[in-house]
Amino acid sequence: MNIQDVLDTSSLDSNKLLELDSFIDQCENPKHEQLIHVLHKAQHLFGYLPPNLQRHIALKLNCSSAQVNGVVTFYSFFNENKMGEFTISVCMGTACFVKGSDKVLDLVYKETGAEKDVMSEDGVFSVKDVRCIGACGLAPVLSVNEKVFGHVEAKNVKSIVDIYRKNHVKN
Amino acid sequence: MSRIKSIDSFNTFQTLLKPREDVRIKLFMCAGTSCLSSEADIMIQMFQKLCDEHELSHQCAIIKTGCFGFCGQGPILRIEPGDYHYVQVKVEDVDEIFNEHILNKRIVKRLLYRNPHSDEISIDASSMDFYQKQHRIALKNCGHIDPEIIDEYIANGGYTALSKALSEMTPFEVITCINESGLRGRGGGGFSTGVKWEVAYLEETNEKFIICNADEGDPGAFMDRAICEGDPHSIIEGMIIAAYATKATRGFIYIRAEYALATHRLQIAIEQARAYGLLGTNILGTLMSFDISIKIGAGAFVCGEETALIRSIEGGRGEPKNKPPYPSVSGYHRKPTVVNNVETLANVPNIIVKGSAWFRDIGTSTSPGTKVFALAGHVRNIGLVEVPMGTTFREIVYDIGGGHPKDRKIKAIQIGGPSGGVITEKYFDTPIDYESLKAIGAMMGSGGMIVMDEDSDMVEVAKFYLDFTQDESCGQCTPCRIGTKRMLEILERLTSMQGSIEDLESLRSLGEIIKWSSLCGLGQTAPNPVLSTLTHFREEYEAYAYRTKKKAYSIDPAKCIGCTKCARSCPVTCIEGKVKQLHVIDESLCIACGACFSACPVNAIIRP
Repeated sequence: MNIQDVLDTSSLDSNKLLELDSFIDQCENPKHEQLIHVLHKAQHLFGYLPPNLQRHIALKLNCSSAQVNGVVTFYSFFNENKMGEFTISVCMGTACFVKGSDKVLDLVYKETGAEKDVMSEDGVFSVKDVRCIGACGLAPVLSVNEKVFGHVEAKNVKSIVDIYRKNHVKN
Repeated sequence: MSRIKSIDSFNTFQTLLKPREDVRIKLFMCAGTSCLSSEADIMIQMFQKLCDEHELSHQCAIIKTGCFGFCGQGPILRIEPGDYHYVQVKVEDVDEIFNEHILNKRIVKRLLYRNPHSDEISIDASSMDFYQKQHRIALKNCGHIDPEIIDEYIANGGYTALSKALSEMTPFEVITCINESGLRGRGGGGFSTGVKWEVAYLEETNEKFIICNADEGDPGAFMDRAICEGDPHSIIEGMIIAAYATKATRGFIYIRAEYALATHRLQIAIEQARAYGLLGTNILGTLMSFDISIKIGAGAFVCGEETALIRSIEGGRGEPKNKPPYPSVSGYHRKPTVVNNVETLANVPNIIVKGSAWFRDIGTSTSPGTKVFALAGHVRNIGLVEVPMGTTFREIVYDIGGGHPKDRKIKAIQIGGPSGGVITEKYFDTPIDYESLKAIGAMMGSGGMIVMDEDSDMVEVAKFYLDFTQDESCGQCTPCRIGTKRMLEILERLTSMQGSIEDLESLRSLGEIIKWSSLCGLGQTAPNPVLSTLTHFREEYEAYAYRTKKKAYSIDPAKCIGCTKCARSCPVTCIEGKVKQLHVIDESLCIACGACFSACPVNAIIRP
């Protein structure tokens, strides 16, 4: 990572930055206690949290970049890398696990070409193994963005991935 | 909506309150996360549209309600008058239900619950095995009220406890009542709720806090989410009572980021409570002031530990700290802070209204009351089960859960999630309470109960949990950070057939050391799944250690008819064979998914 890339915020969308700044201004004091809240907002706006954005937030909240990065890397919800258009989240809760979600996950990686923390080369898919999403009655479960697919068997994986790949091609 | 200015006017308001009085038919549709993903929201809209078209909107209400608990049969539609339960309702059934049940007053038999053993049809909940042994306190409103309308909660007896506490009891009497009830923390530890409150009460300072721990991170547990989604006011009422007892002025609900719907419902509930003057300054015209804000987590299991949770609320990394001092003495901003779990708080209003003696009568002498369990895995009736403490595993899994879906043998029950252990058949008749579980090497945990059949590989299960805790270790203390990693490496070595018999002893001794030397509850319990499976299923570990474990499926040559169904179903195409000829599985490629096993029409596939 080049230090210049961290200092330079010109690559960030200025309208989104303005929205983030006004969000921070409205936050309750002390501001640094709102860090997680602010990071949720930033990730919602930008999709992920690149180093220059983290530094920008640090300056606004009057805390160190190290502190911000410490929090970003501590919590699994925050992404430092760019995400694909569709995020496939395979539930790794116990109920799903005993019904074979580990095999489903392996196949999702294989079918999408994505790797852990790295989106697929075509930018279509990111794959995550997630903690229990609480739909244990439908185990094993995966979700694509917000849509939940229940009772997923190994043989259904390819067709689910194909639906979204086709959607992407259409767009 | 206007502010209620005194306790008397609240009591009058509650007596006169009759929400949806003119409604003749009520349709309750489960709008919990699980049912929503099975299109419950679309069905709600369809029913609404049909009502509008038939001009029935004034006498027929479609109510979005919380989880009924019987998730395996979801989405469930409950119709009043009566208590008709239609199960596994699909979009294409909506017209039929509307025409038959609502317009023609005829029951749609095919959608009623059918007992898989006796083949008998159940019309209402009281005749379903799943509900018969349950005793609902924390879940009592789930499925019976619209969680987004405060009047329904109040009309059902909600906020009566608060009104009683404020008008008839001193803070210390509230604490005494909770103390005498014997209520213990439902989040896992089982610490006395009354004692926690009392410690905070005795601290003399200008600021105190109440935190509701809704960071339900235990994989396979979803009871707290169901309460947040189905009955959010019960949690808020519990928090206000806790605040009154301890003289706290501010509260937080710390909830997982994954629980979007629960957060939304809690937010609505808080705003409605505020509008009625149940939160804010001078609650119900008294001198008490208390308000609640929601804090959203960001995906860290360790934040369920109370000191880590407090650090997370303060905007930092969720790293636990040494106890004592306990949060009740020094917590958020180093002020006395009571941290209670969702289910614990949902019990509080009931205890205040009905008294501690009533609560003590339920459950066992050391663990009074009920516990909600999330029943999942290889069991027929998946869902939320609330039973009196002292109920046995067998009653939960067989009488309520209906046993294995294919009536196969159940090998073990995992309880307590990544902090708990497995229970073998020998202990299925143990009455469940905090002490009895500890005595057999498990723990209550938050209440996840996963049923496992003979196909479950206990070494893989232990590895799954350890992989989870190892990944979730915050990294502060060495035993947990490095110890769990080493244990995981040993398990990986074993499962990839590279291990040896000495590894089993290393696992055990390392596990013991991590348990007594870790800083917080996460590390102190992380080795439990490994240690308990190592005790009860040593032979499975030995099969890996001696490298005799067979992992791939194979085909019985005497039975194979060469139908090609297995080869076509195999997701990794590792089955070779021509039509009407013997098929063979390449065992080096087999991922043991079992697809071929379900596909084979002649039972020629042999399980590993």
